[in-house]
Amino acid sequence: MLSWKDIPRGAIVTTPGSAKEYRTGDWRSQRPEWDLAKCIKCGLCYIYCPDASIGWNDDGYPLWDEYHCKGCGICACECWTKAINMVEETE
Amino acid sequence: MAKKVGTEASFAVADAVKLANVDVIAAYPITPQTHIVEKLSEYVADGELDAEYICVESEHSAMSACCGSSATGARTFTATAGQGLELMHEVLTIPASSRLPMVAAICNRALSGPLSVWGDHSDLMGVRDTGWIQIIAENGQDVHDLTIAAFKISEHKNVLFPVMIHMDGFHLTHVIEPIIIMDQEDVDKFLPPFEFDNKLDPHYPVSQGTYAPPHIYPEIKKAQDVALVNSKETIKNIFKEYGDLFGRYYNPVETYMADDAETILVTMGSFSETATLAVDKLRDEGNKVGLIRVRLWRPFPFEELRDAVKSVDSLIVLDRAISYGGPAGPLCSEIRSALYQEKKRPQIISFISGLGGRAIDPEHFESMILHGQEVAQSGSNNEYEILGVRE
Repeated sequence: MLSWKDIPRGAIVTTPGSAKEYRTGDWRSQRPEWDLAKCIKCGLCYIYCPDASIGWNDDGYPLWDEYHCKGCGICACECWTKAINMVEETE
Repeated sequence: MAKKVGTEASFAVADAVKLANVDVIAAYPITPQTHIVEKLSEYVADGELDAEYICVESEHSAMSACCGSSATGARTFTATAGQGLELMHEVLTIPASSRLPMVAAICNRALSGPLSVWGDHSDLMGVRDTGWIQIIAENGQDVHDLTIAAFKISEHKNVLFPVMIHMDGFHLTHVIEPIIIMDQEDVDKFLPPFEFDNKLDPHYPVSQGTYAPPHIYPEIKKAQDVALVNSKETIKNIFKEYGDLFGRYYNPVETYMADDAETILVTMGSFSETATLAVDKLRDEGNKVGLIRVRLWRPFPFEELRDAVKSVDSLIVLDRAISYGGPAGPLCSEIRSALYQEKKRPQIISFISGLGGRAIDPEHFESMILHGQEVAQSGSNNEYEILGVRE
């Protein structure tokens, strides 16, 4: 952890893309679970995710980024085949 | 050659900004600041000043545009007053924290309500803790010189903070007086081009204004505060350099007949010049009165203040703002606090007057000083007194 003397002037961040090192997924109380049998690969979850926490796997199915998903549930709400279910985090 | 001309203090600010060759001005017109930005928009429209003049839709946007402008390394200026400064408030803390240099002329105006376009220091006190360097001007020459000096202070590598130059609305901004307008060659010698090593640059990408969770926020705030406190030495050096070059010296605390004074009146802003007339008259009558004016409001000049009042018996502090239900006027509170640990402390009397554009004439200052001396002798149960109000 930085001391106050080591704070870059103006608290600028000099490493591009370093926000991905901050695991905002720790804030989550619910997580999305996919039922891939229902998924039609339409990509709505990818489009609506406000945290860019949904990508694609090699088969074209959604790939979840558990380190950054805050569990907002927008993907589950927007999924029109009901392939996404929000479940309580237990850890 | 610098030339003495009869001009309005607001135009002297605009001329200083032009001489500083700013790159970007983002401002929204508001009384009593309008003459500054009208003049600057004329200079830009007429091609006399090669700058971007951004006509924003509010002061909130003006300060936001200034932050963006400064972040790219552009020399940046804005001006506002009263309610405009309040609307700007949310963004004001950001250039201070992000260490973005810029200069703002603040034409001090009473806050609503009731609505008032006239001057006092309630807007000034409202932005006290935004982290800006704050310098108080007293006359037209001050606003011209200090605006030029403010760019150098703000952009100095040991400072890199935004700077406000406060000037009383109407009582200063709209006064026409003889002012020495600086020569371009002299200003260019004093004020180097703005070189900003933190600027946004695609070849060296940085993020500015990111959020800070609890594990880092306090460290950032301490670093900011230490840097602001440490900027005082550079501010003094730049004031001295300005004086050495151009013959007009400015100090964090200005004194008048204060060396052997038993009673000292403490003021801030353009009313100080009126107060000197009362000091002169009382001195003629054998009353050992002096005057000190706080020029540098932030960072607060603790050592200079303590030094200026070390042998005085009583201080009469005039505030032109109320801290409603508080311990004293805001200036007086700070002076009391600054002197509380001293072994020899003067009596400190808090008076509030000159609100919402009400003038304080020399005879009012005279009776204020005499009343203050009475209170210092007899004591008072009041935390502060509001003077010059009809009973």
